Amino acid sequence: MAVTVRIPTPLQRLTQGQGEVSCDGKTVTELLGDLERRYPGIKERICDESGKLRRFVNIFVNEEDIRFLQGDQTAVKDGDEVSIIPAIAGG
Amino acid sequence: MSYVLGLKCRECGRLYPKEVIFVCEYCFGSIEVDYDYDAIRRTFTKAALASRPKSLWRYRELLPIEGEPTVGLSSGFTPFFRAEQLAKRLGVQELYIKDDSVSHPTLSFKDRVVAVALTRAKELKFDTVACASTGNLANAVAAHAARAGLKRYIFIPADLEAGKVVASLIYHPALIAVEGTYDEVNRLCAEVGSRYPWAFVNINIRPYYAEGSKTYGYEIIEQLGWRVPQHIVIPAAGGSLITKIAKSIKELQLLGFVSEAHAKLYAAQATGCAPIVNTIKERSDIVKPVKPNTIAKSLAIGNPADGYYATKAVLDSGGWAESASDEEIIEAMKLLAETEGVFTETAGGVTLAVAQKLIEQGRIPRDESIVVCITGNGLKTQEPLMGRLGEAVRIKPTLASFESNFSGQIAGASAKTTRRAPAGAREA
Repeated sequence: MAVTVRIPTPLQRLTQGQGEVSCDGKTVTELLGDLERRYPGIKERICDESGKLRRFVNIFVNEEDIRFLQGDQTAVKDGDEVSIIPAIAGG
Repeated sequence: MSYVLGLKCRECGRLYPKEVIFVCEYCFGSIEVDYDYDAIRRTFTKAALASRPKSLWRYRELLPIEGEPTVGLSSGFTPFFRAEQLAKRLGVQELYIKDDSVSHPTLSFKDRVVAVALTRAKELKFDTVACASTGNLANAVAAHAARAGLKRYIFIPADLEAGKVVASLIYHPALIAVEGTYDEVNRLCAEVGSRYPWAFVNINIRPYYAEGSKTYGYEIIEQLGWRVPQHIVIPAAGGSLITKIAKSIKELQLLGFVSEAHAKLYAAQATGCAPIVNTIKERSDIVKPVKPNTIAKSLAIGNPADGYYATKAVLDSGGWAESASDEEIIEAMKLLAETEGVFTETAGGVTLAVAQKLIEQGRIPRDESIVVCITGNGLKTQEPLMGRLGEAVRIKPTLASFESNFSGQIAGASAKTTRRAPAGAREA
């Protein structure tokens, strides 16, 4: 078992069209590192040059925004679901 | 005839064709429409505008569609008026209301964005439209899609006001009430949207949709006699309206419609959901999301997508921001109704309450021109007013019953000699 990561449409070209992939890691940061190993090029889309999450990227662990948890140090475990979602307008 | 050159990432400037692209594939930046202003200049003139229909489509060249508009042909060009009585109460000289509470057909400024979004969705050959909404967008998508013959899926938080639920259901959409906050609805919709081939107006066709809000700004300027007001107080949920009003001013300046185009913009939010106001007050560029708790449900977006740009637009203009408590929101709704005869929704209460505060703080000078943006209708958000407005006086259908209740209050007449109490007698 591993962590399920849901990939947004704009990044699915890098995951060969898959909307969901499996990754390993103990934190969100580790997970993104593993994602990069499996799908090279994907991390620079999500993080800026300094490795910080880009301004318009939202990451959710089991439906909760990681900014309400421990940010990119939020813990993840086998069976968790992580979503990467662009900022969305609304009203 | 199209005036759209293409789409462009607001962050890294990367160019895209005018298709269904809503975030930059490289940096996740938001996507903006790129116009051919030289071509626009040739047909978009004050003289040409004078003979055009009074709807938002009079600004056709500055809206991102390819052919003729097909949706929302009667939307926009809502009332704009000088608010004399309210000005007196607030102690200011020149106050205006831009009143989208009577927008056709769904009584909020969301008719504007949806008119543009659905015209574009039809051009892009979608047969189904969808949205995530705090209520007003739901009403607008449901209504305009019904008339346009499009299938419609509407996602809302399950705790919305009854008026907003009914005003969606009547158009027979698939209405999905999600047990969660708007931000949770939005996240779900991002995932639904990546599985189904729908035009999600606030997601995959957002670059086109968002441009509709500019018409609110064009109208303020045109209705003020091609003049830019000095102060504009604007409600903020996702923050898009602020950025689009800022853009409308810049564009009209670029096209030579107005010369001195300086307006200070102010963001208004509810205290129970003020992520943009907080960011502005901290002069920060990081918008911290919040968990909303306010009666102003149409503004209850804790994770505002355009929060960063809204903050920048406000600070660049020299404006500021303030928030209003639930109590202040209700008082402001009553004040607007009693002084100007406009029944606005809770969001309008937020905007007026914030305008009042900014005036009292001296942020907005009392002798300069001020526009308060009213964007929705009070009939949709009645719950917070229940028990707050007094009650109707219940009487028997007899003259005696009426006079026993009111004779003492009608000036210049005793109960026995008054034969007809004129309407408004209590004020006479």
